[in-house]
Amino acid sequence: MTLATPVRTAGSLLFNPGLKRNRTDKLFTSIAALFSLIAVLPLFLVLIYVLIQGGQLISVSLFTQLPPAPGLEGGGIANAIIGTFVVTLVASLIAIPVGVGGGVYLAEYASSGWFAQFIRVGNDILAGVPSIICGVFVYSAVVATRLFFGQSYSALAGGIALAVLMLPTVIKTTDEALKLVPQELSWGAIGVGASKFVTITRITLPSAFTPIATGVVLAIARAAGETAPLIFTALFSPFWPEGLFNPIASMSVLIFNFAIMPYEAQNSLAWAASFVLVILILGANLLARWIRRFASS
Amino acid sequence: MVIRSESDQDQFTLRRRPWAERSIDRGFKRLTIVLASLVAVVLLGIFLTVFSGAREAMATFGLSFLVTSGWDPVNSQYGAFTAIYGTLVSSLLALFIAVPLGVGTAIFITENLIPRSWREVIGVMVELLAAIPSVVLGLWAIFMMEPLIRPFLNLLHQSLGWFPLFSTTPKGPGMAPAVLILVVMILPIITAISRDALNQVPQELRQGAYGVGSTRWIAIFNVILPAALSSIIGGVMLALGRAMGETMAVTMIIGNSMNFSWSLLAPGNTISAMLANQFGEADGIQVSALLYAALILMLLTFAVNIMAQWIVRKFSLSYN
Repeated sequence: MTLATPVRTAGSLLFNPGLKRNRTDKLFTSIAALFSLIAVLPLFLVLIYVLIQGGQLISVSLFTQLPPAPGLEGGGIANAIIGTFVVTLVASLIAIPVGVGGGVYLAEYASSGWFAQFIRVGNDILAGVPSIICGVFVYSAVVATRLFFGQSYSALAGGIALAVLMLPTVIKTTDEALKLVPQELSWGAIGVGASKFVTITRITLPSAFTPIATGVVLAIARAAGETAPLIFTALFSPFWPEGLFNPIASMSVLIFNFAIMPYEAQNSLAWAASFVLVILILGANLLARWIRRFASS
Repeated sequence: MVIRSESDQDQFTLRRRPWAERSIDRGFKRLTIVLASLVAVVLLGIFLTVFSGAREAMATFGLSFLVTSGWDPVNSQYGAFTAIYGTLVSSLLALFIAVPLGVGTAIFITENLIPRSWREVIGVMVELLAAIPSVVLGLWAIFMMEPLIRPFLNLLHQSLGWFPLFSTTPKGPGMAPAVLILVVMILPIITAISRDALNQVPQELRQGAYGVGSTRWIAIFNVILPAALSSIIGGVMLALGRAMGETMAVTMIIGNSMNFSWSLLAPGNTISAMLANQFGEADGIQVSALLYAALILMLLTFAVNIMAQWIVRKFSLSYN
């Protein structure tokens, strides 16, 4: 009994790496690998540069002192750190209730009516509006009209501008998260006699908590790094924050202002602020990732 | 007996819900309607603010605003051609570079070319790149990227200087570094959307292609990419909209020159960079001219976003 031994001929079924099609395949795989390498390269370069340039400036005074006057050395970015938290908090306090409420309407009350479709399309368009135009809008609507007690530039105006930016993300995540909640849950709640209000607030919203929280954390992280909506709403201030109705410093505007100054001290503070901001934002992103993983396990 | 049947009957009669419960229900529904309507109100507000502010400049300069390039606050003569050209050219060039890179990366991390854990790591890294604030990228571009690429740009100028696009000496900020920083900013969007699109292509299509003897890349080019094409193009259009509206990083590195130049190595301007630089200090008709430019930017991004949604809806293949 003789077994046919496989031989490599043109018609063989064995894999032949020398064939043109297989070599082309290898070539394209290498190109894709190269493209992926180029795609992740900027992240490393930016992170390394920010960590080195900013990390060496981390000191106690950075978190406790005001920025120095142009030409002077030392100082810190304490007011800008507080300012970023204040403005982002104001934005979250506006955008989260409005966005979750709007999302509840879209998903629970009018999932397919013309009005809901209209709001959904409007929401997508709002998400595409350039952030600088949000700033121009809030400037014209709030700052130029001196809406709040005759104050022009204010932390509140900055918060509103960031809220306009966050709103589409929050609405979209809420809408999509609520649609994923199984219908049986709310049927069950209605079946045992709960009202629609109780069903939504006690059953539907809590079961969609994880995706909504993830989306909200990502939206906050994005807002905290935004600069364009703040430069003519919250403006900047070299002093400690003076309440919601006065201009306030923020890390992102500080980076922008100090990067283009011809002074060494200001440039290094811009790097230090980038360091703090990048750590905070990457931290928030990892938190969002952790929430997702924690919930799925 | 009579008493028991009475209590049974009592148990099964429908009671009207208490007044408080009904009004809470109705009030909550109305509240959510109001909150959802706020989206429309804000959108309308943005459009009306920009439009009404721009009317004065529209009446004064008319459509020639779009094609003249003088920007002269002293004599109140304004034309936004430099900025409009800069917006379109920078975003289209960025797209031209970022699409192959982004789609290539997406293929690399969806098509089972490397172990799953590697794929996830690359995916996470690209997503983190999207999270870095634009102003930090701008700072990085000023102090690291631009000095790093200047020798290459110089080389480009020396060897191809006769070509109008490379006809000036690179002196720092300019269109070319702005394009590169835009590539960094839109790459994560294109990668993420292409990855989702490729993941949604049914496994049966891949198995079918491999079954008739195609190699991996024959399957990718002839079966998988065509199936995912509509979503990928939609994502590319979204990225284009983002690139046109991107402000901070571009403002910091493009040079903000209102003088028109064909050269990519010369300083230029975009509409959003112009707004960021001048809007705070402008007064009189300059504000109106800036808002006219803002209106153009809004209409451009609006058109691109609508087209993106239309493409996705019109050409998406369904496999049911």
